[in-house]
Amino acid sequence: MTTTYDVVVVGAGHAGVAVVSALAKAGFAGSVAVLGDEPVLPYERPPLSKEYLTDGGAAPLLRTEAFWSTDSVQLELGAQVTTVDPAAKLVHVADGRTFGYRKLVWATGADARALRVPGATADNLHSIRRLSDVDRLRRHLTARGRAVIIGGGYIGLETAAVLTGLGHQVTVVEAVDRVLARVTGPVVSRFYQQLHERHGVRIVLGETVAGIATRAGRAHGVHLGSGELLPADVVIVGVGAVPAVEVLQDAGAAGDGGLLVDDLCRTTLPDVHAIGDCALQVNRFSTSAAPVRLESVSNANHQAKVTAAHLVGAPPPVPAVPWFWSNQYDVKLQTAGLFAGHDEVVTRGEPDSGRFSVLYLARGRLLAADCVNVPADFAGARRVIGERERLDTELAADPGTPLKTAVLAHA
Amino acid sequence: MGRITFIDSGQAERPADFSPGESVMTAAVNNNVAGIDGECGGELSCATCHVYLPESLAALVPPPSADELEMLEVVDERQAGSRLGCQVRLVDSMDGMVVVVAGEGS
Repeated sequence: MTTTYDVVVVGAGHAGVAVVSALAKAGFAGSVAVLGDEPVLPYERPPLSKEYLTDGGAAPLLRTEAFWSTDSVQLELGAQVTTVDPAAKLVHVADGRTFGYRKLVWATGADARALRVPGATADNLHSIRRLSDVDRLRRHLTARGRAVIIGGGYIGLETAAVLTGLGHQVTVVEAVDRVLARVTGPVVSRFYQQLHERHGVRIVLGETVAGIATRAGRAHGVHLGSGELLPADVVIVGVGAVPAVEVLQDAGAAGDGGLLVDDLCRTTLPDVHAIGDCALQVNRFSTSAAPVRLESVSNANHQAKVTAAHLVGAPPPVPAVPWFWSNQYDVKLQTAGLFAGHDEVVTRGEPDSGRFSVLYLARGRLLAADCVNVPADFAGARRVIGERERLDTELAADPGTPLKTAVLAHA
Repeated sequence: MGRITFIDSGQAERPADFSPGESVMTAAVNNNVAGIDGECGGELSCATCHVYLPESLAALVPPPSADELEMLEVVDERQAGSRLGCQVRLVDSMDGMVVVVAGEGS
């Protein structure tokens, strides 16, 4: 017999768990089922490339076991959804079970992008997306080994920092001419490159990976396009994420490179919402009118709140300025806003001091800020971006002037 | 196991069971206390767990670190008992106390 729930949530990551909490906080009294495809209780993902990789230990659970033992929420682990029937409002799971829904919340996140080169199936080649990925990586780490990390984004660099700290000899290979190119500007890229180089990491820029050198199914090196062979005891691939949207798209949901949702997180299928890393939504803080897909905890939380408010008939929360963070060594990067489309860059403070911010503006308005060890700038920038204020760039360049003081009076 | 009471951002009383050693933030998150998001998981990055501790409770915990103080300088509506909930560990002697959630977030 099929049980029908008022809300079925597919995905038990940050977004899926956030919608459960947001519904409870909004006073939702209906039945909720959460289907997670992993066999473990929902956990936090950001520590996977930070503390959990460093120390292992207990999984960083998003909620205690007791949270899930209430009657109001049915958590199903190891439930891999294979098909959705939007006409009958049914979700089918690989083990044969079927769940009926009145409202469906799709929160499946994204999977690590696979590297498509010869040898990429090597046993000691790893991605860092799931708890099991890191458990497996930790088992493969030999003392003071050589690690080659493919990809100089957040995951690659955070992993480089951890492995360096654990005594490994680390090389990072990045395809474009600077690290963190997708998420930040050249000033911050240069700062992070130098930070890693000071810690002994070799950073190879503008290099492609031609293949993984293997022996008996194990990688022993990485072949670069230039012909160089980087010896490796372990290889880590951090080349981005691919939204897990195939099942819902097969059911008819629209969206190119994500699930297209409106401002209430509704997909093009009736009574089906999508939130978190898999959702493609127009963002009022983006310079582009095209929908964007944001990979961040804050976006997952915000979209969960928007969805919960809609499901209980409450007004939506005010739009939240997107934000991101990354911890590497003792350096804390906090980013507010979306920097794409900026036409002006202002640096506040001296990067060499290890404490500075970079502001990105478009037509005089603050779009985004990268704050390196300056929480005050981060908080100030979030506010200024949220209020869509114009900045006096000369004042804003002075790190001694609080950002809000640099806001221009309204004309 | 102990129990504290949160006054959430909607002014509602929310009792929350806690295990000694866990933080005020995780106790709130595990009990769906409105106003506490704990987005960064306790990394001192987001300030979405701003609470006011009563003097009796503040006296039982170590003072804020330099990093926490820097974040507290930029929160809205800072008061004498302001703390980031992720930095305050709950112990048995805090059983029965009341923590007020600051008015940010939802």
